[in-house]
Amino acid sequence: MTIEWFLVLSALLFSTGAVGILIRRSPMVILLCLELMLNAGNLALVAFSRMVGNAEGQIFAVIVMVVAACEVVVGLGLIVAIFRRRLPLNVDDLRELRG
Amino acid sequence: MEEALFFAAAIGALGGAVTVIAMRNPFYSVLGLIVHLFSLAVLFLLLTSAFVAAAQVVVYAGAVMVLYVFVVAYVGGGGESAWEPIPGQRFLAPLLGLALFVELSIAILGSSLLALSTDGPDVKAGFGDPAAIGRLLLEKFLLPFEASSILLLLAAVGAVVLAARRREAQA
Amino acid sequence: MSATAWAWLVLLFPLLGSIAIGLGYRVLPQKAAGAIGTLSIALAFACGIGALLSLLGDEPEARHHASSLWDYASAAGLDIKLGIFVDPLSVFMVLVVTGVSTLIHLYSYGYMQSDEGYHRFFSYLNFFVFSMLLLVLAGNFVLLIVGWAFVGFASYALISFWYRRETATRAGMKAFVINVVGDIGLVLAAFLIFRELGSFDYGAVFERAPDAFSTNEWTIVAICLLLLVGAFAKSAQLPLHTWLPDAMEGPTPVSSLIHAATMVTAGVYLIARTHVLFELAPTAADVAAFVGLATLLVAGTMALVMTDLKRAIAYSTMSQIGYMVMGVAIGAYSAGMFHLMTHAFFKALLFMAAGSIIAAMANDQNIDRMSGFGRAMRFTSIAMLAGGLALAAFPGTSGFFSKDEILAFAEARGGMYVVFAVLGYAGALLTAVYTFRLIFRILPGRPCAEAQELIETGHVAHEAPKNPATGEPEDTDVGFPGPEHHIAEQNWPMRAAMAVLAVLAIVGGLVQIPGVVHVISDFLEPVFESSHLAHIHPSAGDEWRGLAIGAVISLLGIGIAWFFYVAGPERPRQLEARLRPLHTLFANKWYFDELIDLLVVRPALAVGRFADRVFERFVVDGLVSGTAETVRGAGGVVRAVQNGFVRSYALLLIAGFAGLALYFLLASS
Repeated sequence: MTIEWFLVLSALLFSTGAVGILIRRSPMVILLCLELMLNAGNLALVAFSRMVGNAEGQIFAVIVMVVAACEVVVGLGLIVAIFRRRLPLNVDDLRELRG
Repeated sequence: MEEALFFAAAIGALGGAVTVIAMRNPFYSVLGLIVHLFSLAVLFLLLTSAFVAAAQVVVYAGAVMVLYVFVVAYVGGGGESAWEPIPGQRFLAPLLGLALFVELSIAILGSSLLALSTDGPDVKAGFGDPAAIGRLLLEKFLLPFEASSILLLLAAVGAVVLAARRREAQA
Repeated sequence: MSATAWAWLVLLFPLLGSIAIGLGYRVLPQKAAGAIGTLSIALAFACGIGALLSLLGDEPEARHHASSLWDYASAAGLDIKLGIFVDPLSVFMVLVVTGVSTLIHLYSYGYMQSDEGYHRFFSYLNFFVFSMLLLVLAGNFVLLIVGWAFVGFASYALISFWYRRETATRAGMKAFVINVVGDIGLVLAAFLIFRELGSFDYGAVFERAPDAFSTNEWTIVAICLLLLVGAFAKSAQLPLHTWLPDAMEGPTPVSSLIHAATMVTAGVYLIARTHVLFELAPTAADVAAFVGLATLLVAGTMALVMTDLKRAIAYSTMSQIGYMVMGVAIGAYSAGMFHLMTHAFFKALLFMAAGSIIAAMANDQNIDRMSGFGRAMRFTSIAMLAGGLALAAFPGTSGFFSKDEILAFAEARGGMYVVFAVLGYAGALLTAVYTFRLIFRILPGRPCAEAQELIETGHVAHEAPKNPATGEPEDTDVGFPGPEHHIAEQNWPMRAAMAVLAVLAIVGGLVQIPGVVHVISDFLEPVFESSHLAHIHPSAGDEWRGLAIGAVISLLGIGIAWFFYVAGPERPRQLEARLRPLHTLFANKWYFDELIDLLVVRPALAVGRFADRVFERFVVDGLVSGTAETVRGAGGVVRAVQNGFVRSYALLLIAGFAGLALYFLLASS
């Protein structure tokens, strides 16, 4: 159970989250996959913190959690606003910004 | 013993992740993420980061996920249509994910950091305790601490503004 | 004052006059503009006399002075100065040009009185005189070309003076284009001269030429042929003559000054000035002589059938210049210049008289409609008769002495040049016939309607103004001829000018009577001293024989004209019916216009069309638009990446990250 295992797991979770973002169309689920990736990053941070031996990595992880929380709040607010305006909750249908 | 726990938690994390990306109903994806978060908390405990594990459960799985549940209940969750408007996306996405994983793994496993193949150094008893985290937050990382509190304030204000009912618009 | 100082003044006055009238056209009253114009040329003439007197004060061998104001271009072996060359030849030309010009300015003072563009006319006319003087006084080939080009421009400006007439502007363009062809020849000749001899300066060129070239070496022949191209274009010799008849669209004083007395003689002056080069290239000189002879005869036949008065006189000019060109080409330099002078007198006079008659005819120029002016306009008829007699070389007139001197020289030179003399006499017969054809048509007989009106009421005929060539009705505003017509009998400036010229046309030849007086050839002798041809002098007896033959031919020609046009008015029509093909050939101007159209104009238009349709559209447009289209296409391709799908952006992001990671992995392994 060396540090490597944790890091490989973290990489696996990160890729899984990435694939999820790419293949899901509901903004809700995309946000959830985003959470997956953030958590994978957190895992890596904490693993490195254990490897180095001081707790600074854990502080980083806590701040990441704060950021994730803020981002979720705003993202969900967006989703609610979209839903309120009766627009389809589908990232493929929300594509007016294009060249 | 620790390895068994590790593998259990790892399987839980992975299972939760796959549930998130695979389920049609977003409600199930939320549940999957909650399982994933709990498993991650166990992994944090294995890394002697008690405070982070606790924060993960209380803040993340507790508050953030509850928020998700509320919104999913409000918004509802329909299925998504099977047709893929972007050509090649369904095919390329898993491929790229796999490529990413392979590369990261090679980077990790082939790394010349010798410490990666150890369990980590022996740490003192209070490593990862709330006391240690608290001391760091208030001494060395005071500025990020305060900045993150401002960030939270901004997010709260932003969310209120975004989701507020417009006086002229109908709900 | 030195001769060159006088010469600079000669150049200055017309230029100042042109500028003053041109800039002051709003403030100057009409009479003042005319007075300034005439006075400036008169002053130039006075300074020309000054230069002459100063020159006569020198020894004959030393009568050549060069003077320059400043350096034009001095670099890399080039040394071109703004320099003039004063010697008997240039002073002679200056006097002829300024003298005749003064009289023509005086004539225009009255003739153009009711024209809206009066000031413009005098400004242009002064500018023309300045350019001609520049051409004549130039001391190097560059300034010669400058004067040459200015003269071409002035001719264009004056031919299309009535610019709202389409025929006039087209004629102006035709003249200018043909002139440019000549300019090309001249410029190329100058380039070759510089390459071979290393200088543009007359003195240096003429000094070095005999040493640098052997006789008839191809370079010198090429140079002379190119000079001839320029000379022929300016002097309206075959085949570059087609502009001259069309140039009659300009006002009559313009025809009289430019297309009779001065500009068209520039080619003759050129050949005389560069005689050193021509004597080194006898082939080119012979070409010039042949062309002169051909023009002489062909133009004479054309003048024989012309029904437009001014055009007939124009062809006569062409023919007489053929004489001059032939003269200076075979070596009769002073004879050629003498004929230039007398021709200036009587041709200018003829044009002036024609202008008066055309004015009486309310701008109708068709001689078939004119008759009986001998009674209606006494003064004009006498002037016309004087000019006609001189042109026909009636014994005792100026034309008599000058024309026959050329032909006597040709005979004296011997060999094939005797043929030139014989054909020259044939041309003289033709000249007499066509000249008196005009005179016997217009002057005697029953007065036509306009003449009758003049006799009875003293009023000049007045019709609605129309274009004499096409008959289209016109305005009398600026750009068209003015509403009033002025005839000599009612206008003293016209009378004064014509009177002086009439006297000169009759007695002007008496300065060069063979065996008795040799004013002109003595004066011009120092210029041509180095020439081996100028030493050929026909003996006095031969000269008198030539004069006798000339007299006989002239009287014969007048008699033939009488026979056809006075004694039996039916005869011309009968002759025309019998010789119909010949008549058609002459009346269609030997189809030169059609030939040039076929050989030059159509290919040029075809090239232009090709350039527009193929080259412009595919090559140029292809390059320019093609570049734009390529950029736009590339932009379109790149733009397709921004398809609005967030997921595809994410895909690209992750793909990029994967690629970057791969790179770093490979780089570090």
